Amino acid sequence: MSAEHASHSSHASMRLIDDYARGEAAMAADTVWALEAHLETCALCRSRLATSVATEAPGLAALVDTVRAGLEPQLDAAVTMPSRRYRPRWVSAWLTPVMAPWLVMTVAVTLLALLLDAAGPPVVFGTASPMVLIAPVLPLCAVAASWSRGLDPAHELTASTARAGLPLLLRRSTSVLAVVLPALLVEGWLTGAMTAAQWLLPSLAFTSMALALGSVVGVTRAAAALAIAWGAVIAAPAWGTGRVPVVLRPDQLPVWAALFALGIGAVIARRRAYSVL
Amino acid sequence: MTPAMSAADTAPKTYAWEIQATGLKVRAGRKKMAVDGLDLSLGTGTHGLLGPNGAGKTTLIRSLATVLRPAEGELRLCGTSMSGLGDLRALRRRIGYLPQEFGYYKRFTVREFVEYMAWLKEVPRADIPAAVQRAVERVGLADRADHRMKTLSGGMVRRAGIAQAIVNDPTLLLLDEPTAGLDPAQRLRFRELLQELGRDACVVVSTHLVEDVAAACSDVVLFADGRLVFQGTPEDLAASGGPEYPGDSPLERGYSALLHTSESQGGTW
Repeated sequence: MSAEHASHSSHASMRLIDDYARGEAAMAADTVWALEAHLETCALCRSRLATSVATEAPGLAALVDTVRAGLEPQLDAAVTMPSRRYRPRWVSAWLTPVMAPWLVMTVAVTLLALLLDAAGPPVVFGTASPMVLIAPVLPLCAVAASWSRGLDPAHELTASTARAGLPLLLRRSTSVLAVVLPALLVEGWLTGAMTAAQWLLPSLAFTSMALALGSVVGVTRAAAALAIAWGAVIAAPAWGTGRVPVVLRPDQLPVWAALFALGIGAVIARRRAYSVL
Repeated sequence: MTPAMSAADTAPKTYAWEIQATGLKVRAGRKKMAVDGLDLSLGTGTHGLLGPNGAGKTTLIRSLATVLRPAEGELRLCGTSMSGLGDLRALRRRIGYLPQEFGYYKRFTVREFVEYMAWLKEVPRADIPAAVQRAVERVGLADRADHRMKTLSGGMVRRAGIAQAIVNDPTLLLLDEPTAGLDPAQRLRFRELLQELGRDACVVVSTHLVEDVAAACSDVVLFADGRLVFQGTPEDLAASGGPEYPGDSPLERGYSALLHTSESQGGTW
């Protein structure tokens, strides 16, 4: 800035600022340039310019207000561009992406059982439909996949968060059951080989037992152990003899109900144990 | 827009140290005691956790992140005791954690990932979009926010990891090897972020890059064989070394001097 314009060595003079505020055409281009460069870095001179505009060029403020008033309705109506999403927000609250393949697989297994049931010669399977044999343990596979250290890549991150623990586990189990149980119901109804009473309570009992045992050994391990035990002790012999296993007869339902209640009770009693896995 | 103050923000602080460990022992796996009798008190500030490979840094960070329970001893985080089966929910809302090798869902976009983590950390629903945007901008990923995680480079994934760690404005921020995979310019930017975060939170950064500690940390914790070897300022660490110890900088010489005096039977590397 040239010396004759500056009253103080490091600030612009009031006369210069007033000229600038009025938009004086006589101001030299280099002076304007230097002044603007100074204004960018000097808060004091900017505030002096603001007061100068109010007194020297009242029309200017009115002009800005008019422009602003014209723009305002448009600005209010403008919405920010929505971010690109591949899934609605609520989906990830119930289902992790890694659970989806497991759910698909579980449903595929029920379809396979349905096919076997429709095509399989009765001499091989007897009165024991493969559906009846797998239905009680099928939801277990998907529940196990929903809370597993090995299958969930984000497990380490999830385990340190506030929501980790029983509520999240129950959320994920519920979403699994909401997909698998209707599939089984429909297929049971289609084949007529089994009534809901036969397998619904056992499968719920198994799920609750898996969650209860899971608080001690981990849900994946508990589910695997239960599924294997079911296969070895009940399903395989029933397959051999071709009869519906004794444990799935309607008169055994109170036992399954008791197991279900026991599992739920154990889960509630150990609800704190799920926060660390 | 600044979020309104919540009751938790204005509540009086009832603890002296964010992290207070006395005789802390934590198991890694079934047998090995990776943290073996640690006494440590850390308050607000950026603390660099230094130590050779296998010193137990990751196990310590995991136990500070409430992923592992202490086997013995006492660990208090923000005044909450970690022994017993207490309710950790309130404490965990205040923790930010970046694991060393962090898994994520590849199909999520950066925004979906950080949003999901914010939901897991129980950030109030109304605050989530703004908090996510702020966190993503702070790590310089705003232009990639709507890209899927699998399309990101290693350094960007790590920055997304840092974004999820800071999305809930944690009181206790635990970063395990956060600078791995960052290029030099990003590391400089990250050090600034660390200093900024350390002003009102307790930040623990595990690293073996001594220069990161010198540039960003107010406090150094040297850790070897599950025990505390040294705690002090970076200047104290530099002062403990002399020219007779190996290293290219005063800090490195201090590091090797302190480790030399407490030399372990580990490998020759």
